[in-house]
Amino acid sequence: MVVALRILDDGAWVSVNDDRKVSVSELWRFPGREFCRCDLTDMVVEGFVDVGVDGRTVEVRAYGQCIACGESATTKWMPVGRIVDGAFRHIDREGVLRPVIGQ
Amino acid sequence: MPTDVERWKSEVYGNEIREHLYEFAEEGWESIPEDEHDAWFERFKWWGLYHQRNGQESYFMMRIGTPNGVLEPGQLRVVGEIADEYARGPGTNPIFGDAYADWTTRQSIQLHWIRIEDVPEIFEKLEENGMSTQQACGDSWRNIVGNPVAGKDAQEVVDAWPVIHELNETFKGDEDHSNLPRKWKVSVTGSADGSGQGDINDLAFEPAYKEVDGEEQVGFNVRVGGGLARNEERFARDIDVWVPPENVSDVAGGLSALFRDNGDRENRYNARIKFLVDEWGPEKVRNTLQEEYVDFELETAGRDVREEYTYNAGNGGRNDLIGVHEQKDGNYFVGLNVLVGRMGADDVLELADIAEEYGSGEVRLSQRQNVIVTDVPEEDLDALLEEDLLDHYSPDPSPFMRGSVACTGTEFCSLSIVETKNRQVRYARWLKENVDLPDDIDQFHIHLSGCTASCAQPQIADISLRGMKTRKDGEPVEALDIGLGGGLGEEPEFARWVTQRVPVDEVPGAISNLIGRFAENREDGENFREFVGRHDDDELDEYVEPEETDYEDPMMHNTKMTWYPYSDDDDMDSSPAPAYPDDTPMSADD
Ligand code: HEM
Ligand code: SF4
Repeated sequence: MVVALRILDDGAWVSVNDDRKVSVSELWRFPGREFCRCDLTDMVVEGFVDVGVDGRTVEVRAYGQCIACGESATTKWMPVGRIVDGAFRHIDREGVLRPVIGQ
Repeated sequence: MPTDVERWKSEVYGNEIREHLYEFAEEGWESIPEDEHDAWFERFKWWGLYHQRNGQESYFMMRIGTPNGVLEPGQLRVVGEIADEYARGPGTNPIFGDAYADWTTRQSIQLHWIRIEDVPEIFEKLEENGMSTQQACGDSWRNIVGNPVAGKDAQEVVDAWPVIHELNETFKGDEDHSNLPRKWKVSVTGSADGSGQGDINDLAFEPAYKEVDGEEQVGFNVRVGGGLARNEERFARDIDVWVPPENVSDVAGGLSALFRDNGDRENRYNARIKFLVDEWGPEKVRNTLQEEYVDFELETAGRDVREEYTYNAGNGGRNDLIGVHEQKDGNYFVGLNVLVGRMGADDVLELADIAEEYGSGEVRLSQRQNVIVTDVPEEDLDALLEEDLLDHYSPDPSPFMRGSVACTGTEFCSLSIVETKNRQVRYARWLKENVDLPDDIDQFHIHLSGCTASCAQPQIADISLRGMKTRKDGEPVEALDIGLGGGLGEEPEFARWVTQRVPVDEVPGAISNLIGRFAENREDGENFREFVGRHDDDELDEYVEPEETDYEDPMMHNTKMTWYPYSDDDDMDSSPAPAYPDDTPMSADD
């Protein structure tokens, strides 16, 4: 099943099959020290840069700012949802996100 | 590879979108194929319709482009009637009620909660009355801006209104210019006050004198590549060209064609002409225009009047067009303050009555989101100023009311990070009650934008506020970055972002403390922008001092996660959208 994935309106949101699924203004927490010097980055999503699907996982790269330290950068691929039976299921993004390993 | 947007545009774009809109309207929202939503909503923009944000599916924001902000006699009433009849949805705004119109920072009009089923009726009513939504959004010539009192202003060097009118007639619907790489914002100013704000537009015509064949003539200097969006602020750059009024259309068309052919269609972030000017430099823009896009010899720039610019400049003189001002013909125009540019439909209709009773019926919109009643004879001024409506829309407001500009924000806009208009109303009211400016300061501009698109033009205000997030006591809350010291004028400057991520309930305290430090430490007669100019960012950051006060913010939570921030049950899952034309949810069918 083909999934239509795109980023629209200057990176404001991610469209999955012509439906707005993930939007700027979310706060994401993730570990890794690659985005900034914090152990746990706490990032406001200000814009999406890239969207893709790896197996069933929908991943994005987003631009944002860590509200703990102020660093602005673009993330590595982050999982935001899964395609199950052709439909998008959200991954809980209010908990701690796990950046995709091995890129 | 071309972007999806470019692919959709190559399939259907421009005037022809209208037929499709009418078909969808006829058959209803559900007839828009689900797997074509993104494509159609992108195209609808060209006809002035933005799909509202998630949680508000099936409702649209409609933008009406009013060139130079001019509403001819009778048109304001039509706008009020349309707002009253069609701009009603399932959500009620606690400050502005159920039906309202927004006057925007580019002298346009925005209505919300519009249903696609109603679009043909609205279009017909607008068009019968000489108005249109054509190219109000989308990748084409947007609403042309300028000094709204063009043709009447006593400070005028040259009357820009016939020029604007001609450009509008020429480039609205012109197939050669209807599919550009990105939006194309044009400003044409004829007055010496700088109120057309050319510096922040893609293309600016500014008044200038030039000696041609031994005679001094008035016309326009040309600047290209301004814009505020996306943390990539630019002032338009001088390309060393002067044009007489009769050639403006050729030069503007040449530049828009140059943009059409050379703008970046591979990457929408890089598409605005400001980036092409960065890459080429003004000289190459001029040479290419001369060699490939116009068939007459371009004059070099003439003598401008930029040293006289006062609008949004912070330095005394006319920073806005509020208040009573004499026109060239001896009548008066009266600028009324509309806080954050939003006016209830009833008030719009009442204003239309007032404009007819005391003036010519004409009303004009400024880039500071205010309205101007024109053509008032001197003997009718007192009676006009006695009208009750003016208690609310004052010709002599407090500096904090007068200086407030705010964009749409999380109420409707999909790009937003925070709530904006209602928040700025709350801020302005609190500041008016609680903060005193030094006696000689009667202008103080605070602009609030919900994201970096910068629709409220925050970078050219004394205090710029821009949507952010932070945590307070561990909880995510809406926050604002604070920038200082922006303004236009002869030497325009963007605000410097000195303090980041202040929780929204601490912003009024921060502004109050800052103004206190300004009052204590300013030099004699120094205005706020000058004060900011002689301090470095760290010193200013110290002056800002965020603090809780008795100001309470009811919208601290993530308003973007609600379907409508002001609803009693604001949960996204409680959204009635998409809904039938009578606002009953479609999901009720299951
Ligand atoms: C593709 C989506 C959108 C983008 C990229 C966008 C971006 C912008 C930008 C960059 C400006 C002007 C700043 C400049 O001079 O460069 C602007 C103006 C504005 N936008 Fe948006 N915006 C979008 C959608 C919306 C929506 C959905 C709304 C409201 C429902 C909205 C409301 C406004 C307002 C009020 C203005 C100022 C007035 C005007 O231009 O006439 N925008 N927008
Ligand atoms: S500044 Fe951002 S939030 Fe405000 S109206 Fe423009 S796009 Fe929307």
